[in-house]
Formats: sequence, C-alpha cells, structure tokens
Amino acid sequence: MSTKLVQQLDRVVIRFAGDSGDGMQLTGDRFTSETALLGNDLSTLPNFPAEIRAPQGTLPGVSSFQLHFADHSVLTPGDAPDVLVAMNPAALKANLSDLPRGATIIVNTDEFSKRNLSKVGYTISPLDDGSLESWHVHPVALTSIAVESLAAFTELSRKEKERAKNMFALGLLSWLYTRPTDGTEAFLKSKFADKPDILEANLTALRAGFNYGETTEDFSVSYEVAPATMDAGTYRNVTGNVALSLGLVAAAHRAGLPLFLGSYPITPASDILHTLAGLKRYGVATMQAEDEIAGVGAALGASFGGALGVTTTSGPGLALKAETIGLAVSLELPLVVCDIQRGGPSTGLPTKTEQADLLQALFGRNGESPVAVVAPSTPSDCFDIAVEAVRIATTYRTPVIVLSDGYLANGSEPWKLPKTSELPDITVEFATEPNGVDAKGAPVFHPYLRDPDTLARPWAIPGTPGLEHRVGGIEKADITGNISYDPDNHDHMTRLRQAKIDGIADTIAPLSVDDPTGDAEVLVLGWGSTYGPIAAAVRVARASGVKVAQAHLRHLNPFPANTGEVLRAYERVIVPEMNLGQLAMLLRAKYLVDVESHTSVRGLPFQSGELADVITAAVTSVSNEPLKESAT
Amino acid sequence: MTTELGMPLRSPDAHGTAGINSLTGTAGVPRLGDDVTLTKRDFTSDQEVRWCPGCGDYVILAAVQGFLPELGLKRENIVFVSGIGCSSRFPYYLDTYGMHSIHGRAPAIATGLASTRPDLSVWVITGDGDALSIGGNHLIHALRRNVNLKILLFNNEIYGLTKGQYSPTSHVGQVTKSSPLGSVDRPFNPVSLALGAEATFVARTMDSDRQHLTGVLRAAAEHRGSALVEIYQNCPIFNDGVFDVLKDRTEAAARILHLVDGEQVGAGENVVVRDDRGLLSFVPRAEADPTRIVVHDPGADDPSAAFALSRLDSPDLGHVPMGVFRDVQRPTYDDGLREQIAASRTGTVTDADIDALLAGRDTWTVGA
Repeated sequence: MSTKLVQQLDRVVIRFAGDSGDGMQLTGDRFTSETALLGNDLSTLPNFPAEIRAPQGTLPGVSSFQLHFADHSVLTPGDAPDVLVAMNPAALKANLSDLPRGATIIVNTDEFSKRNLSKVGYTISPLDDGSLESWHVHPVALTSIAVESLAAFTELSRKEKERAKNMFALGLLSWLYTRPTDGTEAFLKSKFADKPDILEANLTALRAGFNYGETTEDFSVSYEVAPATMDAGTYRNVTGNVALSLGLVAAAHRAGLPLFLGSYPITPASDILHTLAGLKRYGVATMQAEDEIAGVGAALGASFGGALGVTTTSGPGLALKAETIGLAVSLELPLVVCDIQRGGPSTGLPTKTEQADLLQALFGRNGESPVAVVAPSTPSDCFDIAVEAVRIATTYRTPVIVLSDGYLANGSEPWKLPKTSELPDITVEFATEPNGVDAKGAPVFHPYLRDPDTLARPWAIPGTPGLEHRVGGIEKADITGNISYDPDNHDHMTRLRQAKIDGIADTIAPLSVDDPTGDAEVLVLGWGSTYGPIAAAVRVARASGVKVAQAHLRHLNPFPANTGEVLRAYERVIVPEMNLGQLAMLLRAKYLVDVESHTSVRGLPFQSGELADVITAAVTSVSNEPLKESAT
Repeated sequence: MTTELGMPLRSPDAHGTAGINSLTGTAGVPRLGDDVTLTKRDFTSDQEVRWCPGCGDYVILAAVQGFLPELGLKRENIVFVSGIGCSSRFPYYLDTYGMHSIHGRAPAIATGLASTRPDLSVWVITGDGDALSIGGNHLIHALRRNVNLKILLFNNEIYGLTKGQYSPTSHVGQVTKSSPLGSVDRPFNPVSLALGAEATFVARTMDSDRQHLTGVLRAAAEHRGSALVEIYQNCPIFNDGVFDVLKDRTEAAARILHLVDGEQVGAGENVVVRDDRGLLSFVPRAEADPTRIVVHDPGADDPSAAFALSRLDSPDLGHVPMGVFRDVQRPTYDDGLREQIAASRTGTVTDADIDALLAGRDTWTVGA
C-alpha cells in the first residue's frame, strides 16, 4: 500500500507531448477514457502535425494531446497545462512557452541525447543549465525503465520494447492522478488480442509505470480529482466527428430513410467516413468517391432516389462541391453537407482549426443560391446538430451545410446519452399521388407545387407510378417544373427559394441569452466551436464581478427570428470568431448593429483568459465604473 | 441475323460467358405484367423537342423511345440522368424519371442513385465534351467500379451548345471557333479510353442506323455493370457531315468493321489479321493467312484484343470498328455495396439498436 500523501485538486490540465510516432494521441485517449469513467467532467484538445511522420525528434514532428478534467463543469481543454509530459527535447521546447511558472514537467531523460538536443537547437541540455528552475521538473528515464521492466520478454527486440514507453508514461500518470487502469487493460487486450507478446509487454509497461510512481521518491504526492456533479444519466466520452456520425445515423433512422454517404478523404473530416463505413449493419452505405465533386454528386443522386444523401468534407472540398450544392438548391432535394473546417486558404493548415468557411457556406455558389447553415457548439452538440440538419434538409427539401471544425472534430467531452425514441420525429413522407389536373381534367403531378407552410416541394421518388417527372438545373416554371426562361417566373422562383430558407426561422428556437443579473450592458455573441472558450471567459469575468451577457448561434442561415432584437438590447456586442470577422459582417449587414469583432486565426481555439480580458475591458468602457473585486 | 452494320439482333448469350452471372442488367427492376405492353408513345413526354433541325439527336431519341418498351420494365422504374450539352436535354423528352444535372457529373450522380436503388434501370446521357472533358474523371471511375449504368455517349466531335469549339474528340487540325488555325489537341478515342478504364461493356454505333443502334442498346441493357455506348452523332450546325462517309452505302461497306461475336473482323474485301507481336493490320482477304484472321470475341477476359481493335480507328474514318467491342461479366460496385450491407444486417434496426450504438463500449452512469 502506498503511504504517500494524497492531495485533493479541483481541476488539472495535462498535456502529453512527444514525437508524432510516440503514441501521444493514444496515450491521451486512454487517460481521457480513465478520467471519464471516474466521473470527472473533461474536455480534450489533440494537436498534431499534418505530416504522418515528420522527421523524428524535430519541432515540426511534435504531437500533443491536452486534457482538462475537474470536479466541476469543464468548458475548454484549458488555457495552460498544469503538467507537461515531454517525451523528448522537441516536445519540451515546443510546449514550454505555454507552461505557467510553477507547472510540473515530467521529462523522458533518455531522449535528451546530444543529437536530439542539437536537432532543436539546444547546445546545453535544459535539464542541466538551470533554465527550468521556475518549473517543477521530474526527470524520469522513461524509455530505459520501460525497457528494463520488459527484461523477461527475450523474444522482443529493444525497439519493440521501447515502443511501450508511452504505456509506462500512462501508468505513471494514472498513479499520479489516481486513475483506474482497468479500462486501458481491457482496451489493450482487445487491441492486441492476436499478438500476445505485445499485449503482455504493454500491460507490463503500464503496471511498471504505475508502480514506479508508487515507489520512487521523486514523486512524493499523488492527487485526486473528485467526480464532477453532473446531471443524472448514462454518459460516454465522445469526439465531435464520432458524435456527428452517430447523429446522422440516428436522424436517418428517425426519418425512416437509408443513409448514403458520398465522401472523399480529407483532414479533418475523414473520421466520419471511417466511422460510418463501419456501420453497415445499420443500413449505412458509404462510397469513397473519386473526388469531392463525385462525393456530393453521388449523395445528391441517392437523395433523388429517396435516401438521405450526405457528404463530408473540409473547406477545400466545399469549394469543389459548390456547383453540385447549387444544383441541389435548384432541384430542391434534401442534402446534408458537413464541412469540418480547417485553417485556410488553399491547403492552409489541414490539422488546425478555424471558422473561416462561414461566408463560403452562405454565399460560395453562383446565382442566388440560399442554403440552410448550422454549426455545433461543442463536440457532443455535433450529434444534435446532425439531427437538426437532417430535420431541416428533409422538411424543407434543401441542402444544409453543417459547419463543424477541427477543434470540435477531434476534441472530446462527456456526452449524456439521448434516448433515440425521444429524438424529434422527422418521418419523411414521399409523394404518392398526382397533385393536380391538366387542362383536360386528367390527374397530373406538379413537382414544384409547394407545401403552403414550408414552401417545400413534393419528394416523388423514382419507382412511384404516375409521378414520372424531370428535374434539372435549368430554371423551372413555378408549379409544373418545366423549363422556363420567362423573366417574371425567374424572379418569382428566386424569391420563392429565398423565402423557403428564410421560413426555416419559424421552426428554430429563439436565440437565448444567458444574463444572470439581467442588467448586463455588454453581450458576447459567438457561433460554432467558440462556445466553450467564450463560456469559460464569461465565467472568469463574472467571477471578478463583471456583468456580461452571453448568447451563441447554432443557426447561421437563417438566424433565429429574435436575433436583431437581442443585438439591439445591448450597449456593446462583442463577436469573437476564429476568422477575420465573418459573422460580424453578416450581423452588421442584416441588422445594422455596430457589433465589434474580436478575431484570432492561429489554428488554435481561443484562450479563455484572453477573451475574459477582452470582455472585462469592454464592460469597463461601458460602465465607466471601477470593477468590483471578486468576492470569491 | 444481323443488322446492316453487323449487329446481332438478339443480344447473344452465346459469348461463352453466359451462366457465369445469371443477373442481367435489369434484374431486380420491376417488370410489367404479361398483359401490359407500352409503346413509344408512353415514353414520349409532353415537352417540345428543341434541338436544331437535322440534329442526329432526334433519331437517337426516336430509337431510344422505340426501344424502351422492349425492356418490359415499369416506366416509373427507369431513370435517365444527363449532364450538360445538347444531348443532355434528352431526359426532358422521355416520360420517365429524369435529371438534367450539371456538366460532366451525371455518372457520379447516377452512381449514387444506382447504388441505393437496385430496382431502377439507370441510363446516363452524355456527350463528348461532357463525358470526356469536364467529366472525364467520373466516367473512368464509373467504368472502373462497374456500376450498373448504361452510359450513352453522343459523339459529334464538337461543342454544340457553346456554339462550335473543338472537343476532346475533334481531330488534330480541326478548324473551329476556338482553333482558327486548327486544333493542336490530340483527341481521345472513347472506346480505347473506356477499355483502359476497365470497362466491362464497350460498344460503338451510329445515329443513322436505327437497327444497329437498337441492337447495341439491347445488348447494353442486358449487361450487368457499366455499359459505355459511343454513338456517332451528326451536328448539322457546327460539324456537319463529319460521319458522312460512314453513311454512304458503298463507303460504309469498305470502312466499317462489323464486330460480330464469333465472326471474322473485316470490311469489304479486307480482313484484320494479327501478327506475331499481336499487332493488327488490314489486308486484302485473298492475301491473308486464314489462321491469322481475327475472330471477334467480345467475351474475352483479357481486354487486349478489344483494345487492339479500337486502335484500328483512324482519324479519316478509313476503317471504323462498330458493334460490341467488349462484353464481360464482373461483379458490379452497386451489387457489392448492397451485399456488404445485407450481410452485415441482423434484422430491422430498432430504437434499442440505435441506443446501443450511441452508447458504445465505455459508459458510466451518474445517479440522480
């Protein structure tokens, strides 16, 4: 039994960093899983290079995984780590500037060779020159102790043994933060079921790491973070991409439609293709298309046939799909387009996050081509937004663009599982009967005769007798759908298509404002993945007595009906975005409200501390009153 | 019995491949009752046909409308998908389901439709610009995947709808609006391209020979998988008469190589012989070594012979093979996709199944 001191903490931010081949993402995932099962609230931020294996030991090759867990509600992966696990000098150098003084650093001393040090420009080891004095450094020979612990595995090469160092590190951290390792052991058993040697080696290294923590004098204290108070229910940990995939499957099930995904691999969206490709038993069809255009084309073809057509992509792919989305606008068929945004323009920053496709989603097509646009706020909200996108697409027979991003896609958080039977009923009814009569009184089908409430046209799928009709990208006559070049008809149809999209606002929830004191003069309004950092910043500002209101948009086209009213109710409106002010431009244009942009395009989510300062400054300038000191 | 161009009137199950795959192209598509027959009129929509007077598209449309009743399929289970170009207006004139889509993308759109709807007979209408230029990528991948689509490529060797620019099948030196000094682009041979793209069915026919055209359509319809049918089609406005030598009875007899399963390949007094290196040449029948005369075998697994035949084509239409170059059975993409799904399914998906999917393997419960 351990006789060491156990200290209670309310929150911890850990960052695992190593070479991109060191298994840091896996280590982070497993630690997250252990933490989730323990009942802490959490949020994660993987950060990795676009190169699969950048040159070993170099700064561009550093891969990291940050996890924030607490005994209370967590909104972001944390601004700054309390603990850095650095598997090599590059990982230390790349992450040191993010580390507040006094933070803990666990370094793998085995990798601090002259050669590795010089690769990143260290002439003297930072472990020896006193430059790390302001931090709490635990030098551990992670690799050699891990290898030593595997001495009995004579059939494994040294290289194979070295690869278990991440499990040793995970074991050590699991001890340090009192995490159970049973889940990881079960995971390894399933992963290496047919490689018993490798399995045993990994289990041994994991336990060795745990035991090392317990016995070594270098670690005198271990920590506990009590479970967070969360709503009753069953939870799992989920990333945005997995939640989005599950949302599409659940929504297709609720709609009674087969799900067809046409997709071309692209970072950071590919995981959705991978996830859905594994769900054939739920009737999901996935097609890896020859290009982005074929992906969306096949999806639209499937929709024409009565399936739920979906395509997934990132910004460069959305650009390629534009013409087909325009066709879907003209055909007025359901289509869900998921854009998992990344840094742009062009190839940009494939593995980093950004929100700069908003205007592309709204306007990136020829002609007046309105589509619905929605954006999830958190990783688990990707599930709900997928259901909402399918609801809009099928109800209004329109393309819907979902704007997720790299931060939500790869980040994770606990998700309280919904009940499938309690999801919205979005059952689709196809047209089965003629809906008009011709000049002679014979029944005919008018493919563009609209539902008076939604302005949606009937969805008549091939195979339905008597409803044979042709659709196309050429302008159609109102009601009959025949080709029409008539000027008045084009004007009418253009306005009808716009009115249909505008009308979606009737069925979406009004924008709700969180303003606990009810007398805030400053509103912070965000959209999409900035929800967590903004909410955390608002929490920080309020804790120091600042009165600030917060609202967050999930619907970007159309906006909730009360958006203008909300904006006009405040002295100042701050709009933080990970672009150069795209939502701000839309709000100014539509509502003539002088909103203020606060922007950052660093490929990383906002830091809540930074946003809290922005909020505080804005409130101070409005109130002209000295801020009260926080009572807590 | 064969047509004027040598096309067998009944699509042969005599390829030696019959029985390997009992599925025909329309297997799974609901058929009309025995007491119901449709006519050309049933397939004619109420839309005014708006091609230029004398356009080859008219005769192709009439041939297709006349042929479709023969399939015996329910009209509502037939879909025509087209891209952009003169020929792509085709779906508007057929009283079936149809989609006039965007430039070059019809094969991709039709792939999504055919993959999700095994009960449909899906036809793609495209042209030389649509299929071979802007949509080249989708064409080759549809053929490679062997999706159960019938692709009719109207080749008039010119851009018509954009008013007369050279196309990817225009010949070198062709003077057009965009090549006033003659085109320096080398053309594609659509049949060679399709064979190179692993197509399982490739044929060529001509707008003016309705019987041959119908015979090729029939063979294409019966083929399960992608069928590419190149149709020489006259554009009377921008490239008039480009195929005229093939329409003159005497010239045609000397120039057209009738590809008939099991028959020697030749035209007029000449036959095609294969040398030791496998190369083909055109020699007078009297001089040919009978053991070297090429006997057509569209069912040959190896596409080399079909490819060699496709290369006999010459820009001056000196000798033009017509008919079915290749017709082999290979599993189709759409059948394969559906089979994987069917094999994975364990019954109707219930709310409880979805609940279990959402939960995954690692859950924890927080008490009230």
